[in-house]
Amino acid sequence: MKPAPFTHHLPGTVDEAAALLAAHAAEDARILAGGQSLVPTMAFRLARPAHLIDINGISGLDGIAQNADSMSIGALARHCDFHRPVDDGPLGALLAAVVRHIGHYPIRMRGTFCGSLAHADPASEWCLVAAALDARLTARSVRGEREIAASAFFEWAMTTALAEDELLVRAALPRLAPDTRWGFHEFARRAGDFALAMALALYRVEDGAIVEPRVGLGGVEAFPRRIPEAEAVLAGKAPGPDLFREAGAAVSDAADAMADSHASAEYRSEIAAVMVERALADAAR
Amino acid sequence: MTAPREVSFTVNGAAHTVRVEPRKTLADTIREDCGLTGTHLGCEHGVCGACTILLDGAPVRSCLMFAVQAEGAAIRTVEGLAEGDRLHPLQQAFIDRHALQCGFCTPGFLMLAAGVLEREPDIDEDGLREALASNLCRCTGYLNILDAVRDARAAMRAGPG
Ligand SMILES: Cc1cc2nc3c(=O)[nH]c(=O)nc-3n(C[C@H](O)[C@H](O)[C@H](O)COP(=O)(O)OP(=O)(O)OC[C@H]3O[C@@H](n4cnc5c(N)ncnc54)[C@H](O)[C@@H]3O)c2cc1C
Ligand code: FES
Ligand code: FES
Repeated sequence: MKPAPFTHHLPGTVDEAAALLAAHAAEDARILAGGQSLVPTMAFRLARPAHLIDINGISGLDGIAQNADSMSIGALARHCDFHRPVDDGPLGALLAAVVRHIGHYPIRMRGTFCGSLAHADPASEWCLVAAALDARLTARSVRGEREIAASAFFEWAMTTALAEDELLVRAALPRLAPDTRWGFHEFARRAGDFALAMALALYRVEDGAIVEPRVGLGGVEAFPRRIPEAEAVLAGKAPGPDLFREAGAAVSDAADAMADSHASAEYRSEIAAVMVERALADAAR
Repeated sequence: MTAPREVSFTVNGAAHTVRVEPRKTLADTIREDCGLTGTHLGCEHGVCGACTILLDGAPVRSCLMFAVQAEGAAIRTVEGLAEGDRLHPLQQAFIDRHALQCGFCTPGFLMLAAGVLEREPDIDEDGLREALASNLCRCTGYLNILDAVRDARAAMRAGPG
């Protein structure tokens, strides 16, 4: 239960961090952000990185910036920075509601938004938010910067499009129209546990009909994603309980649910339908 | 390097300089190098909260940080709660409300509650319950802990008296 030896690097700039990653990538070098996922895996010796590149000493990475059409979240913005709404619109409220489901209060003091994305647990709330909102993620290496769409970022459970020598420097979430309705629901066995299924639903209503529906599903498949079959059910229709049930059913039909020691695929897929239905109903309120 | 390195921080106001391997957790360092064994270790992977301390005012799991990350930090542990013989309102409330039995989880709960109440003195009932769900107790059933922290919240709002 004690981590294996490693070399601790404390770069002062993103460029230094990228150079260290490039220099040590071949020997299993990892970024240390909040440490709330990495340190437990090291304690279990599931991970034995030879180098930890600790980004906590880099100034300017902790910012959450409001741009005209997006909100930019730096690599050191921590979960607890979202406890209070970061803006007056639906995005701030949505993030403040979702963050309460991530682990526990002390975990949220250290864990980071970008670290959650890089870690890519299938049941990560922030990964679901990124997928449902089509976040744009910026990766940096000594080779330069590139932007990755959330739909191309998550590749499998705990697997992202980040190369060995790349670090995630920021995530950009689109600003939401003020009349965007949203709902989030998850089912976890105990407070603070990773959820067995979770859903984030967003839409607007124009002339009584749903427009721009987004239905994101997390914890059910290997990585969170939007479910187009459910969005097609919703688009152009009047919101209501029957429609929401139909969208939930479309999600369980479309989802390729995981089975593990916590839940069978059938059970996960049934919970998924209910989570989607409830998220949509919450959005309608 | 993987070799021991010097790190300086304060614990309960007292300066400490320790030589530790980078892989040594802050929890082990506080216990073994600073000799303060009030901070307990249960799971060593972030789920139980027995190791909760205040790092620059924030309640954190000290088993999920390396001591080398605490350079320059102000750390507070359960040993720093009382002022001499005068117990902290949380400690008094834990006694009055029978909020402990074996006591293993108590330092973690005290530091968790101290951190949460200092940061959010007006925290509401739901927030308090949610925050206290962070730590595990195998003995009390939690309700007495909740009662004690509610009492302490009132006492801390009223100020020292
Ligand atoms: C008891 C407990 C309960 C938890 N419950 C939940 C939960 O319900 N939901 C949830 O989503 N999470 C949960 N977590 C995990 C927590 O949210 C972590 O904070 C998060 O998964 C990882 O963020 P971090 O900043 O701590 O990353 P770290 O632990 O520092 O790193 C995690 C991984 O990501 C890599 N990494 C980190 N930052 C970057 C970056 N900027 N660029 C490239 N790679 C990077 C690291 O190298 C490492 O491989 C829980 C953790 C604990 C201990
Ligand atoms: S010992 Fe740190 S959380 Fe259990
Ligand atoms: S009092 Fe025994 S674990 Fe809490």
